[in-house]
Amino acid sequence: MVAQARRALSIAGETVEPAGAAQARRATTEPPLVRWALIAAGVVFILLVLVLPLISVFMEALRGGAATFLHAVGDGDTWQAVRLTLLVAGIAVPLNVVFGLAAAWAIAKFDFRGKSLLITLIDLPFSVSPVISGLIYVLLYGANGWFGPALKELDIKIIFNVTGLVLATIFVTFPFVARELIPLMQEQGRDEEEAAISLGASGWRTFWHVTLPNVAWGLLYGVLLCNARAMGEFGAVSVVSGHIRGLTNTMPLHVEILYNEYDFVGAFAVASLLAGLAIVTLVAKSLLEWRYGDRLAAGRKH
Amino acid sequence: MSDRLSRAIRGAAFAIGIVAGMSAAHADTTMLNVSYDPTRELYKAINESFAAKWLAETGEVVTVGQSHGGSGKQARAVIDGLEADVVTLALAYDIDAIARNSDLLGKDWQERLPNNSSPYTSIIVFLVRKGNPKGIKDWPDLLKPDVQVITPNPKTSGGARWNYLAAWAYALEQSGGDEAEAKRFVGDLYSRVPVLDAGARGSTTTFAQRELGDVLLTWENEAHLAVKHLGADKLEIVVPSTSILAEPPVALIDGNVDDHGTRRVAEAYLRYLYSPDAQEIAAQNFYRPTDQTVAARYADQFPQIPLVTIDQAFGGWQEAQKKHFADGGIFDQIYRPGQ
Repeated sequence: MVAQARRALSIAGETVEPAGAAQARRATTEPPLVRWALIAAGVVFILLVLVLPLISVFMEALRGGAATFLHAVGDGDTWQAVRLTLLVAGIAVPLNVVFGLAAAWAIAKFDFRGKSLLITLIDLPFSVSPVISGLIYVLLYGANGWFGPALKELDIKIIFNVTGLVLATIFVTFPFVARELIPLMQEQGRDEEEAAISLGASGWRTFWHVTLPNVAWGLLYGVLLCNARAMGEFGAVSVVSGHIRGLTNTMPLHVEILYNEYDFVGAFAVASLLAGLAIVTLVAKSLLEWRYGDRLAAGRKH
Repeated sequence: MSDRLSRAIRGAAFAIGIVAGMSAAHADTTMLNVSYDPTRELYKAINESFAAKWLAETGEVVTVGQSHGGSGKQARAVIDGLEADVVTLALAYDIDAIARNSDLLGKDWQERLPNNSSPYTSIIVFLVRKGNPKGIKDWPDLLKPDVQVITPNPKTSGGARWNYLAAWAYALEQSGGDEAEAKRFVGDLYSRVPVLDAGARGSTTTFAQRELGDVLLTWENEAHLAVKHLGADKLEIVVPSTSILAEPPVALIDGNVDDHGTRRVAEAYLRYLYSPDAQEIAAQNFYRPTDQTVAARYADQFPQIPLVTIDQAFGGWQEAQKKHFADGGIFDQIYRPGQ
């Protein structure tokens, strides 16, 4: 909450320090019993809502034994789904790194008309339901969509195709990198860039040697979040996929298909692969924070 | 558009296609069969068998892609541009919808292949829990005081519409053609449905996995598949005294096969569905074969009961859809959730 509030404030171009006066007296005055009860309630809630479901995914996946699990994971369609998921994330994430860097750089280091409109647009995918995100591409690029006839004339396929999956994923994950970088860059201000420019560095050189190193850790964090969402996205890609086996099924879609085919072990096996990827992402993030905690803290505040 | 302009645009598009890596150049033929939910296992087997036959006959390698989902949803996807070479859907109304809402195939599509373009058929049966604890034998038993019925939503599911129409046809027959009586029967039936899933597979999961309800109305093939996968020790099939002949039709999507250059192989594929080999596979997957020789071999598996057809009892799908399932139709009048 505090971090969000700081972020919101820093977007508005101000930096506010939390009130230091509160540290002089005790932060909590409730009796120990109340405090422990609240903490226990929180822990139980986390166990029931976060930890147990995650464990159950792995339990279900391994219910038929390791051999069944390996058989399910080794299936050709499953591997195709894994490859496709990695391909889509592999295209969408780098593009969003470029878009996010460019947008954050423009917003944080320059003043121009329509800046707040641009910030709103960047936030749009956060507020729109993923299903809608998929449907808008069908409405635009589908056979009966606005550009449908023209695309058909040109023999370009977008919907029900890898292109559509990539577009929908880019849309849904668009804000992640930009949203990480904007507050960070705004906090850092423009002094270092101005110094570099006044010392005779070119724009590119300033960007590569001053701006980018300053935000490297925030960028990495944004990439991890963006990647996790890109691989896990279901709603938007479900609408534009067409569900062609071995061709346009990503891992989340493949999980649903296996479940509907009574292949419960297979479904949970693929789900556990997805969960595994998410855990790797989280561990990577925690490792980075632990190993480079001070440098991260210097750059960003949560 | 002038020829030169269109050629220029085509050239540009080709260049863009290469740059974007979108031009998939396949030495082998690929075609796409867009189908409905319960046919996954059926077409997996048929596609392999067809590919082997096609290779032997023509020396060409063909890969048939599969896409499955609710029948209505799949029709929508084809209309929106999912490039099906053939569609194999749950009911003729959904292929009619493609013909009506696009110029992909002619409105006379159903007359192009034998048996109303349905290479295999099915009927609507009951699936009950092992030992049939509620003693459900026929349609009237569904209205016993403590019986809960599971069936999907006829607004979204093809199978659900067959279920509804089978119940309607039975009640109409029993009452000697009294529509008010049929309406009462079906209304009573749907007042016993605790949850309307969006599709047939969803209802099967509700009944078999979540163990809701006492009887599931479903396709004969879906019932057999559920017994096979979820255990003959848990479920058993009850065949009622009468049912409806469900005809899941197939059609060539002319607009797409001409674009893909797959007309020859796609036509052969649909003809192959009627061949003894494919009919055998259909029977093994619990679809009723239309080939009489194959049907005779599997006579034990498919009990013969009196069946009404959609054309004879309801005047075809357009009529049935308008009267029963359109907004404000009979289903809307009889179904009151939570009452």
